[in-house]
This record gives sequence, C-alpha cells and structure tokens, in this order.
Amino acid sequence: MVALMLRRAFSFISSLRLTVVLLALSIALVFFGTLGQVSDGLYEAQTRYFKSWVTTWQPSAGSWFHLPLPGGYLLGTSLLVNLLAAHWKRFKFAWKKSGILLTHVGVILLLVGQLATDMFAVESYLRLTEGETKFFSESHRENELVVIDVTDPMKDLVFSFPESRLAQGGELSHPGLPFGIRIKQYSSNSDLQLRGPQSGGEPQAPSGIATRFTFTPEAPTATMDGRNIPFALVEVVQSNAPTAQAWMVTPYASDEALRLELERKSFTPKLGPELAASLVATLAKPQSFDVQARTYHIALRPTRYYTPYSLHLLSFKHDKYIGTEKPKDFRSRVRLTDAAAGGPREIDIYMNNPLRYAGLTYFQASFDEVDPRARATVLQVVKNPSWLTPYFGCVIVGAGMLIQFLIHLVGFIARKAGGAAPSPAATAAIA
Amino acid sequence: MKRLPWIVAALAAVWMLSALRSPKDATFAYHEFGRLPVVFNGRLQPVDSFARNTLLQIRNKQAMRDAKEKRTLSATEWAVEVMMNPGVANTRKTFRIDHPDLKGQLKLAMDADERLGEDGKHYSWNQIFESWQVVQEQSEKAPKDASTHSAYDRAVLKLRDSMGLYAMLQATLQPPNTTNFLAELSAYQASIPTGANALRDRLAGRPFDTNALIAVLDYCQRYMPLSSMRAPLIIPPHHPELARDQWMKLGDALFEPGIQPRLLRQLMGQESLSDTEYRDLITQAGAGKLHPAVTEYARMTEAYRSGNVAEFNQLVAAWTRELTGTFATEMSKTAREQAYNGFEPFMKTMTLYAIAFLFAAAFWFSFSEWTRQTALWLIVLAFVVHTAAILTRMGLEGRPPVTNLYSSAIFIGWGAVGLGLLLERIWRNAIGLAVAGVIGFTTLIVAHNLALGGDTLEMMQAVLDTNFWLATHVVIVTLGYAATYVAGILAVLYVVLGLFTRVLDSAMAKGLTRMVYGILCFATLASFVGTVLGGVWADQSWGRFWGWDPKENGALIIVLWNALILHVRWGGMVKERGLHLLAIVGNIVTSWSWFGTNMLGIGLHSYGFMSAAFWWLLAFATSQILLLLAGWIVPQTKWTSFRKGAA
Repeated sequence: MVALMLRRAFSFISSLRLTVVLLALSIALVFFGTLGQVSDGLYEAQTRYFKSWVTTWQPSAGSWFHLPLPGGYLLGTSLLVNLLAAHWKRFKFAWKKSGILLTHVGVILLLVGQLATDMFAVESYLRLTEGETKFFSESHRENELVVIDVTDPMKDLVFSFPESRLAQGGELSHPGLPFGIRIKQYSSNSDLQLRGPQSGGEPQAPSGIATRFTFTPEAPTATMDGRNIPFALVEVVQSNAPTAQAWMVTPYASDEALRLELERKSFTPKLGPELAASLVATLAKPQSFDVQARTYHIALRPTRYYTPYSLHLLSFKHDKYIGTEKPKDFRSRVRLTDAAAGGPREIDIYMNNPLRYAGLTYFQASFDEVDPRARATVLQVVKNPSWLTPYFGCVIVGAGMLIQFLIHLVGFIARKAGGAAPSPAATAAIA
Repeated sequence: MKRLPWIVAALAAVWMLSALRSPKDATFAYHEFGRLPVVFNGRLQPVDSFARNTLLQIRNKQAMRDAKEKRTLSATEWAVEVMMNPGVANTRKTFRIDHPDLKGQLKLAMDADERLGEDGKHYSWNQIFESWQVVQEQSEKAPKDASTHSAYDRAVLKLRDSMGLYAMLQATLQPPNTTNFLAELSAYQASIPTGANALRDRLAGRPFDTNALIAVLDYCQRYMPLSSMRAPLIIPPHHPELARDQWMKLGDALFEPGIQPRLLRQLMGQESLSDTEYRDLITQAGAGKLHPAVTEYARMTEAYRSGNVAEFNQLVAAWTRELTGTFATEMSKTAREQAYNGFEPFMKTMTLYAIAFLFAAAFWFSFSEWTRQTALWLIVLAFVVHTAAILTRMGLEGRPPVTNLYSSAIFIGWGAVGLGLLLERIWRNAIGLAVAGVIGFTTLIVAHNLALGGDTLEMMQAVLDTNFWLATHVVIVTLGYAATYVAGILAVLYVVLGLFTRVLDSAMAKGLTRMVYGILCFATLASFVGTVLGGVWADQSWGRFWGWDPKENGALIIVLWNALILHVRWGGMVKERGLHLLAIVGNIVTSWSWFGTNMLGIGLHSYGFMSAAFWWLLAFATSQILLLLAGWIVPQTKWTSFRKGAA
C-alpha cells in the first residue's frame, strides 16, 4: 500500500504533466509579478513574488481581491525536483535525445545558480567625489546604528547594530561598551521639519540635530528610486538608569547625496542657497558624548562593507550628446591601493566596462544628479560568488537546444528529400 | 499567364526605382537646401530629416497640403518658409488640433467652413499664437504622471510642444520679428567695436560713449533669448580639424563677435564669475569674428523673402560647395539620409506586402500557380528593398539594426518575412507567402505609427551604447519575437482557413502543423538565447544577471510559453488543433512582451508610454482570444474544411 502510494507520488512528481503545470504557473507568476511592480515598486515586488514560497496578487494596494500564486522559490524548487525526478525515471542515454539532456542540465545549472545568487550575492554602492578615498561600500537599503569610540586619534573602534535590531526596540548593549542604548522611538521612513523658536514644546532630544529639526514617522515608500530615510531616537543608559544623553540619529549625517537632495529640493527654494547649505551642514555634524573619559560618536548610517584596499576617485567624466541633455558616456578614473598587492594602479570604470577585483565587481552605475558640479560618481558594487553559473548554464542550454533542433531538422530534411514534399501538384492531387 | 508574375514584379520594381530619382526643384532649390547639415536631437542630419520630423510632430504628416493653394509643400519647403519668411508661413494652416474642448478653449472654428477657409482640423500660427498663455496654463494643469493623462491633457501637451517646435524653427536662422536680417547683421557688426570700447571705458570708470553702448546692448538684449533657447545647431564648427562636432545654434554664433551672454548676465547681477573670467570676458568683448555661415544664411533668407529665386538657388549651391569642401563625410551622410527619406522604402514595401498577401490568398481558392508566383516575386522584391533599407539605416546610424521600438518593428517584420520565404521554399503552398505578407504589412503599419513620435534615428542612451550587445542580444531576441509571431500567424491561418473555408485539406493541415512546430523550436532557441544574452549584458553592465525588469520578464514569458508548448506536444497532451490554439496564444504573449511591458511605465526599458497603442494591443489580444475560443469550442468535424463532403 505504502509502496503503491510512493510509486504514484513518484510518477506524479516525475510527470510531464507536472512540468507543464509548473511552466504555466511560472508564466502566471512572472506576469503578475510584473504587474505588481506598478504598485509595489521593483524591489518590493521582487521579494513578494519571486523570493517567496507562496504569495498573492492584488490589482491595487488595499483591494479585496487576492489571487493566490505559488512564489518563485516554490516554483523554482518544484521545477528542479520535477526535472531531476523525470530524468531519474526515464533516463536512458540515446544520441537522439542528447540535446534534450544537455538542455536540461543547463536549466538545472541556471536554477541552482539563480538560487545561489539569491542567497549569497550582496549589492552595495560606492559614492565618491573627485579626490575622495574610501575603503568601504554602502548598502542601498540597510542601515546600521554605530557607536564609534574615537578616543584614540590613531584608530576608531566601531560598534555596529543592524537596523532590524532597532525595529525590535528595547535596549542594545555590547561587552565593549560601558553603557547601553535604549531605543525610544524608531521609524523605517521619516520626514523632517525645521525647528524654529516658534515651534514650541521640547525638542525630541536635548542636543544635536534634534535642536534644529523635528522628525516625524512616514509610511515606507514603494517607488523604484524612492528611498526610505529611517530615524531613531536613542538614549544612553548606564546601570539601567537613563543619563542626560539622548540623540536623534538619521542617515543624513553620513550620506552626502541625501543631504544635497534635501538642500536643493526642499530648503533652497524656501530659504535661499546660503541658509539652506548651512542648515543642512548641521545634519552632518558628528554627535558625540563622553562616558568614563572616553569619547564616542553615535550615528545611523547605511551599512558599510569594508574592503582591505581603498579606491580613490581621480576624475569623473560625463558627456552628453551635443545640444541635448541625453547622456552619451560617463566614466570614472579611480586609483586602487592595496597594500597586500603592491603599488597602486589606475583604472577606468565606465558603462559595460566594470572593475573586477578581489571577488567584488565595480560598475559605473550613475552620477550625482542632484549636483552635477560636485563631480561625484556612483559605482554599483556587487559580490556574487556564483556570477559565472548563468554563463555556463546558458551556453549549455543553447548548445543543447541547437543540437536537438538540428537533429530534428536533419531528420525532417532527410524525410523531405525522400519525396514527401507536398508540392502544389501533390496538394492538388490529394484534394 | 506564365509571364504575368514577371510583369507584375517588373512593374513593382519600376515603381520602386522611379522613386529613387531625386526630385528636380522647379523654383526655389528646396531639395538642395534640404541636404544641408544641421545638428538636432544630438545628431547630424539633413535639414530634410529635421523638417520632416518637426512637421510630423506638429501635423502628423511628412508633407503639408495647403488647401487654399491646392498644392502640397514638401517638409523642407514648409520649414524654409517658416525659417525665412514667417510672414507667409504663419498664415498657413499648419497645426493639427482635434480635441473639441481645446478648439473651444482657443476659440477656433469647430467645423469645416469653406467660406472662412476652415477645415476644422488645421490652424495657422497666427490663429493660435496669441493663445500661448492659455496653452501654457492648461498644460501646467495636466498631472505629472503621464499614465493618468486624459485625451484633453494629451492634446494640450502636444499643442504646447508643437508650438515650442514651431517657435524654435522660426528662430533657427533669424531672430523673431525681423524684416531684413542681412541689413540688421551689418548694423550689429558695425556697432560692436565702438560698443565694446564704450563698455570697457564704463567699467573702468572712464567717460564713455553712451549711444554706442546702448546701440550694442540693444542688439544683445534682442539676441539673448536665442542663446538660451533650444534650437537646431545649423552653424558649422569654426575648426572642424580640431573639433568636428562643435556645431552652434544661431544664438551662440551671434554672440561670438560681441559681448558674451555670461558677461551680460554678470553685469545684470545674474551670474557670479571669477575675477579672471570677468577680466578675460571684458578684454575679449568685440574681439571675435562672426561665423560666415550666419551671413550666408542671412543672404539666403533675404533672397527668399524677396522672392529672388535665382539668387537663392545660387547662394544655396555656393554654400553646398563650400560645405562639401570642409565637411565631405557629413555632406555625403546627409545626401544619403535625404535620399532614404525621399524614397520612403517602408511605405512602398508595406504596399507590396499587402498586395502579395492577396495574391497568396487567391492561390488557395483558385490554385493557379501564377498567383503564387506573383506573390512570391512581390515578396522577394519587397524583402530585398526591406533589407536594403535596414542596411541603409544601419549605415546612417553606425549601429546594428535594432536601436529603438521603431526599428524593432521593422526588424521583426524583416525576420518574419525571411522565415516566411524559407517556409515557402520548402512547402510551396503560398502559406509562407501569406504569413510574410500579413506580418510584413502589419509590423510596418506599427512602425509607421511609432514614427509619429519623431526622429527614428535618434541617439542611444549611454547605458545602451554598445554595438556588441545591440548586435547580439537585441537582434536575437527580436528574431525570437518574429519567429513566435510567424508560428502564431500560421496557427491563425489554420483556424481561419479551417473554420470558414474549404481550403484546409489534410495535407495543408499537416504542413501547417509541421511549420508551426519547426518555427516554435526556432523561436524557443532564439528567444532563450536572446533573453539570456540580455542577462549577460545586464551582468556586464551592473552586475545583475536577472533583475526582474518588466521587459526581461516579458521575454522570459515568451521562452516559458514556447517551452510549455513543446512539452505539451512531446507529452502528447495536445494534437494538431491544440498545438495551433496554443501557438495563437503566442501572439498575445509576444505582443505583451514587445509593447505591453513598455506601457507599464516602469523599469529600465520603459522608453515611452503609448496610450493609443494600448487600445490596439487590447483589440489585438481580444481578436486572438476570440479566434482561440472559436477554434476550441467548435468541434473540428463542424469546421467548414472538415465537414463531410468537404475537400
């Protein structure tokens, strides 16, 4: 009985019918996942439809209608299992079917490679202004709360807490820190207003940027280029008692692009360029405090990925087609300095010509659109150990299909040559 | 009868070739003027292209029919008149306005009225330019998000753009409201030396010649708007041997000999120059020379305005010779592009494809070999011209065949016609010809409508600027689209011929099935390889093999759909009819990928939201679904072709 059921189950999971059903469901998922991008944004839709086991599609946010769909992970895994089972069951090598076999090997490699990319790939960005040097890249979406011990002028000691930890609230601590950090308020997105003498009420924190600005929570954004700007209101606690130290922390402090955008789009029209610049500059001031004769900075900033080498932007070039605003070419000349690998070298990074170094790839992604004069470049930094799998997978699938179709074609032409050509005369004769 | 196919094909060829002759200018040398180079939209082109694309956007036509004079003006003639004799041009009914509310808003005649010389569709600059404020206000009311625009919003925005283009054209060769620009130019040049000295005296605090300063500043004031507006760059570079692409607009050239706009803005407190820049500009004032092209064009303008045909033609010829000396490659490019424009190859091939389809269809009903032969030779002729036209475009652009939506339509048509000819070579039953005719005709219609958007030889965005990937990924994936359409249209023929005619006998049905299967195999291969190459390109460009971008997803759906059909077929889950019905769905899937994904207005590939096209897409998808349902619901024994007694 059990054996029979197992046999039935196996014949189901290895069946061609299942393949067809899975392919049809994949088409539905890709289609609705594309439509979903209109309301959810690319990133959100990707997570919701393709990086999930089960999901639902809604015509618009808040609609009563939910179309249940299997997610990308479920379909990918099922297709993989179905494919492996089918070959296990029916495998019998024949030259006539070699193309199909090869195609399927390639498909397996593609599916596995995509899964590996999903699990291991890390994307970040590197924003450099001409003359600037950095030895880290930053996350597009994730932030970290850092407490930096800056007492030693020779080296900083960084304690980092991920943003996801902030969302949980409570108190943060680390054995290396003589104090704890209590999260009083956190929001994944925010808006800020100027705080003037007439604002009334107490500032959100007694010192630092909170004396100039008031931050209010906002709903997270869904647009493709929209960015969430979180904030956290934290309090330094010692032996479970709050101290006078409370701070408002936001990514504005370390993100120049964010500050520029705020300055140009929000403040300059209202306050004029000079006042706007000086106000926004206060957002970048380090917020520091002393505990037990040591000095600490506290900040919320895009999560950093450090590298054992540094990149220095020598120049950034941005050409447009003559008489238009259409970009023609943009490229960054950088100097890479790696103490472990000998002297520095200079490299051009431009569209379709990335720099691959030490397992990371640097792509020319964009430039500072807010302030073209700043001559800042934005490089996309990708770490993807499985980046080669799709290359192999594709070559194998392509070759497999080509072989199979050539086998069909040769057979077909041979048959045709055998005299089965339905020429008009023949057709007429049959009619 | 045997010679008929040859005669028809020869007639078609003669018709084609006759259009290759360049037209002779009867009065003013418009054709010759149309060859002169101008840089617009970031690329060097003949005035002819610039004029056609501008007229296309203002009027939806590449030539202008003047109802009052009962004659048709070529695009160049129209543009020359706007540039050189706006007094007359402004009275011509150039602007096409259809939306009744907009006509009402601008107080224009709603309907045709012969006594008033109104056709109810076209209006002159003089009739609308005073409403510029209204148009501007109305267009500012339109929502930012283009996908929510009403028909009225679109009409207003289009009129605003059209008026902007027209105003730009008016200011290409002379400032607006000029009577004799040639005379004005010499007066302006004469005012510069004394004016510049007066300025220097004044800035140095010395006594200065007030009249001289006012005279030159008066001109500067007048030319200032020209230097800040977008305009075609028609003045060639001073030193082509150093910088070949430094073309200038009139507004920039006018300031070269005089006082630089930046200095003027500094004096008005609108610019903050560094001390050295400021000093340099003061020293340079009055030192530069006016580019001779400005005077040349002013001479032509004056000759044209005063109706002096001989002088105008002589000036154009001399200027052409002059340019050919220094800009030989540019002039040969503009000559080729002008010839290409005038030939209108795709309009002609479109016609041939339609006629060929009718001959191919006639073959099934009469079974006369000559109709098939005629169709065959017409398609071959059209295909040759189609190919030559694509090659010419590639030569002009220096790019692989597909660079935008317009060229993708042309290339899908080309690929499908090629596949159709291949099928015909094997089966010789007019099926391949019919498919070639249908797809060739339809894709060229689509291309024709896409061309209404303007310049189809436009420059590429930086991210797309790589001939290698354009030549591989784009070409292969487009061939995948073409093949999926060919399979889909073959399947449509199967259902239509089977349901409604007695043409579909079992041999033909078997042949069609084989064709669909073979083409689907090719489509799967091409769409897979093409899609994957796109992934490789993306990985090379920004390190992400697959980004779930709408266009990528569209291509993936085609691959998956084709794979599904093949698996269903191999598993024996469908027979002949099922295969065809599934292949019909391929038409919808491909159209979604080709156009639908662009309409979402998101992602990296969304190069243009086309609301009008949306309804066509919907109509096409509906027609395919209806066919599918008809073929599915009606049992095959009830199909006209399979009923007892049939065949």
